[in-house]
Amino acid sequence: MITWSSLFASSWPKIAQILTVVIIFFGFYGVAFAAGARIKGKKQNNIALGLFLVPALILVMTGLGIPAIQTLMESFKSADSSKWVGLANYSNAIKDPDIRLAFANTIAWVVICPAIVTTLGISLATMLNKMKREAVAKSLIFMPMAISFVGGSLIWNLMYSFQEQTDPQTGLIGQFFVWLHIDVKHLLLWSPWNNLFLMVIYIWGFTGFAMVILSAAIKGIPSEIEEAAQLDGATGIKLFRTITVPMVRTTIIVVLTTAMVGTLKLFDVIHTTTGGNFKTDVLSNRMFDENFVYLNYGRGSALAVLIFLGVIPITYYNIRSLRLERKH
Amino acid sequence: MATKAPGANRPFTSPIASLVVTVIAVLWTVPTFGLVVTSFRKKEDIVSSGWWNAFKNPAFTFDNFRAVLFESGGTVGEQGMIPFAVNSLAITIPAVLLSVGFGLMAAYALAWIPFRFSDQVFYGLFALQGVPLQLSLLPLLTFFATGVQLFGQTIFPQLHIVGTLAAVWLPHTMFGLPLVIYLLHNFVSALPRELLEAARIDGANHFDVFRRIILPLSLPAVASIAIFQFLWIWNDLLVALVFAGGTDDVAPLTLHLANLGGSLGSHWENVAPAALVSIIIPLIVFFSLQRYFVRGLLAGSVKS
Repeated sequence: MITWSSLFASSWPKIAQILTVVIIFFGFYGVAFAAGARIKGKKQNNIALGLFLVPALILVMTGLGIPAIQTLMESFKSADSSKWVGLANYSNAIKDPDIRLAFANTIAWVVICPAIVTTLGISLATMLNKMKREAVAKSLIFMPMAISFVGGSLIWNLMYSFQEQTDPQTGLIGQFFVWLHIDVKHLLLWSPWNNLFLMVIYIWGFTGFAMVILSAAIKGIPSEIEEAAQLDGATGIKLFRTITVPMVRTTIIVVLTTAMVGTLKLFDVIHTTTGGNFKTDVLSNRMFDENFVYLNYGRGSALAVLIFLGVIPITYYNIRSLRLERKH
Repeated sequence: MATKAPGANRPFTSPIASLVVTVIAVLWTVPTFGLVVTSFRKKEDIVSSGWWNAFKNPAFTFDNFRAVLFESGGTVGEQGMIPFAVNSLAITIPAVLLSVGFGLMAAYALAWIPFRFSDQVFYGLFALQGVPLQLSLLPLLTFFATGVQLFGQTIFPQLHIVGTLAAVWLPHTMFGLPLVIYLLHNFVSALPRELLEAARIDGANHFDVFRRIILPLSLPAVASIAIFQFLWIWNDLLVALVFAGGTDDVAPLTLHLANLGGSLGSHWENVAPAALVSIIIPLIVFFSLQRYFVRGLLAGSVKS
């Protein structure tokens, strides 16, 4: 049983810490702004840069830039990082059947999920546009976005929970199987289909995001264009294909690439549901296990680098289009 | 509108479309609803029948919540869930404040303070946004634990933060910054040039411009990106596992919930209310600030 005094005693230092961070941040910048404003001329540019940009750059370099290089080097070293082993970690990883499976599953995730999420998102956005009670439907579909994938995984664990055919079902999906007179299956153990059931959790969580972003883009299409197309007799599917999709092409790509990077890095769902067992492992989960469970740093780092290699083409593509955009 | 043929301006708003949307909205809501119902049912009911049977002979109870919140609730720990919720807040608030605070200043610097490598820095940050945080977990953890050594020389001393909350919110701040800077840069750089130049001619320096123009004008964007960051950090599992793993003292709700789901498995009378408690704060944040949230996402991803 909880006692309020002990709860307070354990929480107070944490609350004090929050307050300290807030006070230091605002205190420091309050003083720095007042002092910086007194300095005139060219020097001021440099001081402003130092206060505005340098802290962010230090944080990003310490948190991402330098560690990324270290991991790259680590991936060429042995399990305990004592000696250089060249490409051994990579070649061993590719030979390992478990890692191959994690590879194949990751590819399945990256191909299937973004495609479904984007298709669902744009269809919903188009159908919902100007529909009655648009906001209610949108909120309901968007809601899982606020729920962690840990919470979402548990929610779906409940949906999938398995009981023997003759016992009362506690999972809704199992109950549907019974109603339809199909043999109830333990869905999360049923390889390879269990991968699809796990993807459902991601799709459920991410479709709302795709829908909202695409919906905003659709509402941004100038009404004259739509009306002109309608005068030409375009309605329904044709209007969707000839006007809507081309007009929001950029946004479709943003949603697609966001989902691709998201699924490539996907970890929470697998870790919370199957832990990578029953042939559902993916690279990101495997990388976590290698590094923090088996303590094989070399191989874990190699897997992290492989995930990064998957992201590079997407980043490259995005930078290219960003540059084009900036030039205009 | 009245003179137009029905449906002229709404390509898909047919009965079929309404039906499809309704079905999807229901499908998307039912799983969460099932969790909510389950968390209010008695233990013996949960194991003996599905939650959709709960309405036949309604017998709801708050006992499960009492168990996970105020008692040990299975293996919930001696103090219930509240300390974990405090941890989540103590991780999320500093990380959101620092990433958005430093992010807005950096965005302003990149957009409005001319310097030599401005473009390169901007593209560099954008590229880092694509670096999966998996790549930096282990080195960063090592850095926190032992500092940085090169050729036997200590370049950077160890930070004594392992096992503290700072070891969790600091990585969140670092990992969040590139995206925050990018989204805010999109917004800040689109402010009218004349406005800022006029202020500069009137003798306002960068600090005045930032405080009097940038900050108030970008508040909506800042609010929405802060909400985005809040949800992202609150809902994170991976960073928490790596940087708060092992110590219940600093573990956030997601970590606690993941352990609960793993160790209690089918003990839904504990898992369901715990899951509901953990999603209630992000849901409140989300529903009360939904409008800003959407607007902020758009600042970065949709060009008008």
